Amino acid sequence: MSRPPSRSFGWPRLLGRGLLTLAAVAFLIVFLLLPLTAVFVEAFRQGAGAFFDAISQDEARSAIWLTVLVAAIAVPVNLVFGIAAAWVMARFEFRGKSLLGAFIDLPFSVSPVISGLVYVLLFGAQGWFGPWLEAHGVSIIFAVPGLVLATMFITLPFVARELIPLMQAQGNEEEEAARVLGANGWQMFFRVTLPNIRWALLYGVLLCNARAMGEFGAVSVVSGHIRGLTTTIPLEVEMRYNEYDYVGAFAVASLLALLALVTLAIKTALEWRYGDEIASHAPGGR
Amino acid sequence: MTLELTRLNRRFSDYPALNDVSLSIAPGEFLALLGPSGSGKTTLLRILAGLDYPESGQVNFNGKDYLAAAPRERNVGLVFQHYALFRHLTVAENVAFGLRVRSRRARPKRQEIEARVEQLLKRVQLDGFGKRFPSQLSGGQRQRVALARALAVEPDLLLLDEPFGALDAQVRVTLRRWLRRLHEELGLTTVFVTHDQEEALELADRIAVMNRGRIEQVGTPREIYQQPATPFVCEFIGKANRLTLRREGARFLAGGWIFADEPWAGEHTRAMAYVRPEHLTLSTTPVPGAWRARLRHVYLAGSVAHLDLDVAALDHPLEADIASEDLARMGLQAGAQLYVSPSHAVIFPLDHDGKPVAEDRWLWRAGVVSPPVRLPIKRSEVELGAHRVDGGIQR
Amino acid sequence: MKRRILPGFNLSLGYSLTYLGLIVLLPLAALAWKASGLGIGGLIELLRVPRTLAALKLSFGGATLAAAINVVVGLLVAWVLVRYRFPGRRLFDAAVDLPFALPTAVAGIALTALYAPNGWIGQWLAALGIKVAYTPSGVLVAMVFVGFPFVVRTLQPVLETLEHDVEEAAETLGARRWQIFLKVILPMLVPTLLTGFALALARAVGEYGSVIFIAGNIPMKSEIAPLLIVQSLEQFDYAGAAALGVAMLAFSFVLLLVITLLQRWSHRWAEVAP
Repeated sequence: MSRPPSRSFGWPRLLGRGLLTLAAVAFLIVFLLLPLTAVFVEAFRQGAGAFFDAISQDEARSAIWLTVLVAAIAVPVNLVFGIAAAWVMARFEFRGKSLLGAFIDLPFSVSPVISGLVYVLLFGAQGWFGPWLEAHGVSIIFAVPGLVLATMFITLPFVARELIPLMQAQGNEEEEAARVLGANGWQMFFRVTLPNIRWALLYGVLLCNARAMGEFGAVSVVSGHIRGLTTTIPLEVEMRYNEYDYVGAFAVASLLALLALVTLAIKTALEWRYGDEIASHAPGGR
Repeated sequence: MTLELTRLNRRFSDYPALNDVSLSIAPGEFLALLGPSGSGKTTLLRILAGLDYPESGQVNFNGKDYLAAAPRERNVGLVFQHYALFRHLTVAENVAFGLRVRSRRARPKRQEIEARVEQLLKRVQLDGFGKRFPSQLSGGQRQRVALARALAVEPDLLLLDEPFGALDAQVRVTLRRWLRRLHEELGLTTVFVTHDQEEALELADRIAVMNRGRIEQVGTPREIYQQPATPFVCEFIGKANRLTLRREGARFLAGGWIFADEPWAGEHTRAMAYVRPEHLTLSTTPVPGAWRARLRHVYLAGSVAHLDLDVAALDHPLEADIASEDLARMGLQAGAQLYVSPSHAVIFPLDHDGKPVAEDRWLWRAGVVSPPVRLPIKRSEVELGAHRVDGGIQR
Repeated sequence: MKRRILPGFNLSLGYSLTYLGLIVLLPLAALAWKASGLGIGGLIELLRVPRTLAALKLSFGGATLAAAINVVVGLLVAWVLVRYRFPGRRLFDAAVDLPFALPTAVAGIALTALYAPNGWIGQWLAALGIKVAYTPSGVLVAMVFVGFPFVVRTLQPVLETLEHDVEEAAETLGARRWQIFLKVILPMLVPTLLTGFALALARAVGEYGSVIFIAGNIPMKSEIAPLLIVQSLEQFDYAGAAALGVAMLAFSFVLLLVITLLQRWSHRWAEVAP
């Protein structure tokens, strides 16, 4: 294939390319990679010993445990929701479908702080159900249930967002074929639908989990910051930082940064390996 | 013991996909639903498969109400246009799927399933391909896997949606012949949807020509081609020259050619004639009444030659087909003077607005007095009527 | 006679609606209810406080500016990643998602450490007399950071499918490179850029975690609206928090609506004739 002369790379164009590439790479390094590096450097500023002391304190341990617990509840619930919502959105036509789609996306366009606020208004001392809950000795705000609810709100769209475009692109035919061949509903789901969406599902769960463990604004509002009881890792980072315990803050933060790196690595690997089975998707929210 | 479709109606939001469609299909018959896109043929097929439902009408198969049965209870085999193979399953697993999802009581033993899969793969000439994934197969091979998968459940009715639509021309012709042979071996009642008239004419025992949600005509390929029931069928199947006829006294005329002995006793003042290209007789010497034409261009297409003819007496040029041999024998070249006359024509009377009066048509042959075939007003009843009169399927 | 071919419609729809209703709609209704209790007059009264107005202005003004910066830088980065091949390209491509993956609190303290007057970047800027951390500029830096991936990730697939032959056609018609970019490529990208802009804007407006550390939170100067909500709640001023929350939601909604309309207009050439 011969290229037209103007396509050949004269030195001005090569120079232009080089400069553009350099500018983009410099921005990515300074703006994205440097902050990541800073987390680890600050965490180890006073040596490995101080780092390990900082992350093995009781508060750190209970924060890790609470973070895992919250994610362990919120992620599976949103996984089931994501599949159900994607099934409805991608396989059926019905009135109000676009409205449902908008509702699914809603948590992405609401400030995390507002996501927390709405639960305070619902379950807080002066909230809708506040007096009733108080009378029955149930606490949601400034307690673990509040953290779980706020996290569920924030991470609600992740799985559904991954699955809907993929399932729409795949179409109904394979499921229809399964039905015509005599499969019942669950057989169709487990033998045809699920295998076809497994990588996208994993992808969605991965992003959902990263967000659930790293969420700050929403849980900050409902947590009440009770050390050892209602502080997740991000909140522990904030409290230590505000107490001028910088090494401690960055040490705990480095755990989250590590989680982010692992998430990115798996995500990238999934994209390289199973790009077709994950489908093109818009960026996945905050 | 037939598949009986009665007065089916299906509307999509803005247009009727099926408009009062009735059809009966005999056991073992190979029927083609032929029509342009949007004619409702795929909707009809999906209704048979249980993937769509009509707003009104009935489908009966061997006395069983099909519409009351879910797709999985109908025991039909459906081959999707794009095959809809399960991409995560191997070829063998795809074929076995319909057997494996049966309840424990109805499910054959593992060895039986394996044996049946092997036998089916052999039948579709894919033995040895069982362990491959659909993505590792060519289009024609996938098509055959889809067919094997549909046949594995031993269906009472085989449905094929544009079975060759996604294949290239060479494979298409080979698979077509192969499918016809397979049908003769299995004797399974088969309905297939196509927009390719050649495919329908070559494969089917009978063809239902569909247009805008209606069945225009049902008949053997020969009937459809030689005795088209409506102007649409004339134009959709094969090529046809269209001639506008004027009444002059007791005769219809087109550019001086007389279509003698009109059967309507002066009832209609205008009419439209369709003449197939091979039904134009050419002569280099004058013929009484024939049109004088100038040969504009010759398109040689192998054994047949297509000729473009300018006829001064007609408003359109004509297209004529003759054997390439005859072309050489007559020594025809562009610019030659010719005399052209029709040997057969299908003539539809027109009303005052120039619209065809669908109930009537006149199968005209040069030198033969023939009565018009009068068709009842409701076309949906035609097929049933015609079918009964014929007393079964014509081969 | 309406039948659905595939099973599970009622179950899935019922479950989805119930869950959405309980987790998203009911709480948002509580917000609307609380705010409506104030009445329009009360709402305006609460929002007219200068400190609140300053915070809203910073949140929306800063987010708009940050999204605009992201459109420019995002276009550059997406272009380089899609069009050019260079060592480490895939690594840099993966790194674009860092702001999605890195929890906001972590990003917040990391950016603060970098841009503080004694930080890696801050000390150089300080030498030039520029102060970033604990000023509105710091807020802007954090907002650019969190919104960055949106523009790149919406642009990439579009750039990949941009037909080369259109550019070649322009070239054969005698256009220069910069003319091709300005007159051919850029107009085709405008709808996508607007989408990226809207996503980055929505993200930055509501951003909390990464901003509060670097902002310094000086009233009237570097305080963002979400922080005021948090502070109202800490003083158990539910009404004030709800008023601010509703105001933010309403304002975001209007902004996004305007962008959607702009987008539709700029995308009108893609409408298919019926």
